[in-house]
Amino acid sequence: MSEGPPRSQPSGEKKRRTSLWEEWDTPQEHWLLVGSHRDGRERSLLLEVAARIIFPTVLVLSLYLLFAGHNRSGGGFSGGLVAGQAFVVRYLAGGPMEVRAAVGLRPPVIIGAGLSLAVLTGLAPIFWGEAPLTSAYVSMTLPVLGDVHVVSSLFLDMGVYLLIVGVVCDLLRTLGAGIEEQSPRPRRRPSG
Amino acid sequence: MTMLVALPILLPLLAAGLSLVLGRFATLQRLLGVVVFTANAVLAVVLLAEADKSGPVVLQLGGWDAPVGITLVADRLSALLMLISMVVMLAVLVYSIGQRITDYGRSTSSTAFHPMYLVLGAGVSMAYLTGDLFNLFVAFEIMLGASYVLITRRTTATRVRAGMTYTIVSLTSSLLFITMIALVYAATGTVNLADLSGKVEALPVGVQSAMALMMIVVFGIKSAMVPLHFWLPDSYPTAPAPVTAVFAGLLTKVGVYALIRTQTLVFDHGESWTLLLWFSVITMIIGALGAIAQNDLNRLLSFLLVSHIGYMLFGLALYDVTGLAGAILYVVHHITVQATLFLVSGLLTRHTGTVALRGMGGLAKLYPAIALLFAIPALNLAGIPPFSGFVAKLALLEAGAEVGTTMAYVATGAAVLTSFLTLYAMAKVWVFAFWGKSKPPHPDPDPTDELIIGTGSTSRTMVSATSALVVFGVLIAVFAGPLSEISTRAATDLLDGGPYRTAVLGEEAE
Amino acid sequence: MNTVNVTVNLTMALTIGGLYAVGFYLLLQRSLMRIIIGIVIVGHAANMFLQLAGGPPGRSPIVGVSPAEEMTDPLPQAMALTAIVITFALTTFLLALAYRSSVLLGHDEVRDDVEDRRIRRQQQRVDEREEPDEPGADRKFEFGTDNDKEATR
Repeated sequence: MSEGPPRSQPSGEKKRRTSLWEEWDTPQEHWLLVGSHRDGRERSLLLEVAARIIFPTVLVLSLYLLFAGHNRSGGGFSGGLVAGQAFVVRYLAGGPMEVRAAVGLRPPVIIGAGLSLAVLTGLAPIFWGEAPLTSAYVSMTLPVLGDVHVVSSLFLDMGVYLLIVGVVCDLLRTLGAGIEEQSPRPRRRPSG
Repeated sequence: MTMLVALPILLPLLAAGLSLVLGRFATLQRLLGVVVFTANAVLAVVLLAEADKSGPVVLQLGGWDAPVGITLVADRLSALLMLISMVVMLAVLVYSIGQRITDYGRSTSSTAFHPMYLVLGAGVSMAYLTGDLFNLFVAFEIMLGASYVLITRRTTATRVRAGMTYTIVSLTSSLLFITMIALVYAATGTVNLADLSGKVEALPVGVQSAMALMMIVVFGIKSAMVPLHFWLPDSYPTAPAPVTAVFAGLLTKVGVYALIRTQTLVFDHGESWTLLLWFSVITMIIGALGAIAQNDLNRLLSFLLVSHIGYMLFGLALYDVTGLAGAILYVVHHITVQATLFLVSGLLTRHTGTVALRGMGGLAKLYPAIALLFAIPALNLAGIPPFSGFVAKLALLEAGAEVGTTMAYVATGAAVLTSFLTLYAMAKVWVFAFWGKSKPPHPDPDPTDELIIGTGSTSRTMVSATSALVVFGVLIAVFAGPLSEISTRAATDLLDGGPYRTAVLGEEAE
Repeated sequence: MNTVNVTVNLTMALTIGGLYAVGFYLLLQRSLMRIIIGIVIVGHAANMFLQLAGGPPGRSPIVGVSPAEEMTDPLPQAMALTAIVITFALTTFLLALAYRSSVLLGHDEVRDDVEDRRIRRQQQRVDEREEPDEPGADRKFEFGTDNDKEATR
């Protein structure tokens, strides 16, 4: 799992030719590119283009859900699931390598980090002499955003979010990719 | 002081998270597990001392008070059982680390084992400490979720079948658990155990019986009471020795604990409980007879486990102070001794390469140390005088005679008979495995099976972890006096229920 | 919240009863996939029952949004949510296990447990002794005759 994704770098020539004006919106990451498909599956242009648009949008939506969770619908669990769906879309479009490219860390590490963050948030009130899982909130007025309420349980939600994202990625890795690698007949069709 | 109640749950969970992050650093991962279980055992001692001195230690999580919020309670019973459980989990962890190092070397790490073992620990602590029915459900799920992963790890065909049985049966009982919670909530509007205990009495008798019966079914499946035991001898023996040891030691006992807690605190049966006495009788007898029929050492031990659950049910069913005290003492004794026996069986299996008794022989001459390690807990389980099994059994028999109804005498008779049957089963193991002609190590039937890997090699860590547990079992007998005093006090608390209610709900509730 | 709910919505009660019946029927099947679907359906039934335990539907239980008398009881909903998450996670695990089982065994039939197989073997042995003409007449009912190691111990 640790081996890096086979990223296809754009050729150096092309990079040099792009001027400063064009560079600012050139994607830094390269994904769903022609060169990175080696498993010989049939590709769907529509799906890939849709995935490119949907992936960041869904991630932003998941972050919205995470932050809105305290007093609206949402929260760490649903946010995490939505973010997980973004990775699922990418997996469907590009296969297991895409997920490996999208998530730099091994999924167990993400799960562990999320769990630790959540439990630490639960434990933290002890240091203020309160019962564990007590939440506190800070209200402040920021220049652009206006009134902001930050609740300490947000960190618990973040932990849950990470945990769920990690679980989804782990499922994609073990069930999705694992099954594909084990399945007796590869889904390769004769070209032409 | 009250803050300490949350730590036995949160520490292992935190450690599980860190353990996942530290996946690549095998030694750190191992150290973390050992440190956390040691810390939990120390916490349990502190909580036990506090609960014994000044009543149940209560923590209202998040500052929400009792009937609404999540309550954690450490009283004498839960602190005592937590102490024993954590010591056993620590010893088993050391054993499994030893096994891992022997088989795969020092530097390889396992992604799933340590985090899942820690989560299992958190679930066990939570089940002991929680003060409401729903969190008991969550605790069971945490515990069982971890156990599903542990039992099906490194899947062979056998293990998948066994794991499937185990998972589906446990999941069904969990769904019945939700149903039971819904029933309780619809009837009373609360799931807090202390709050329930006040409200249940006002309900119609039919509803009360329905609730009590649902609880018996749910916890009966978890604790392998006889008509509901069929999954246990079928699934436990397929797991690797340390996993079986910790399951056999703890998971069923947590079910028994839940049964004791709910049936004493929520309901007031008043006198000895004939239905449960019947269940205890058939559990004892059928379990013991099942054990005698086995040729597979682990299956034999699993049936004995089922059989001895009957003793604890017997103590609970008598429903008086001596009976409950005996049951508590029996749980304490049995957690230790059952885990020890499975660990010894693991050592034996590694030497002989088989779990079939007919494939063993003459082991007493070959491995005298292991023979001794087996003999002590085996005699202990059968209830031979100097050991803790005798003390616990004697307490139960006394209680049975004290109650004095016909049914109580029948159950007492069954308990004595089961004791002999256990001794017979143990003698059978001894004759087949330790005496007789020594046989060559069994040819490896299935090299992918982890039970057989590393035949012939046991490390010093494994043996000393097992010996430590054997010594711990003997220590229980040495400290039988103070232990039986504290379990009598715990039993008095349970039947009274007053201190628990006052501690959870505040003074005005009484 | 302390009142006992005497009235129960009949439609809900029938639905839940039906779900339990269907779920438990499926649980008793031989095919693993049906068992898993059975578990899922019983899970739904249990969670709906938990919802029903909270009493009749009302307004959202947020202070300041709706008056206190019209609120629904939020506690069963919170509990049902937790239960749903747990059931969901365990169903995923069960599916993975079922897949693994079908890879290893080649079918999704649940095998008899060890005792049953042992008893059947002994019966077969007896039968074979009695009727030497038809050895293993009932072989075709045996599941997974491959390397039945467990049962021969």
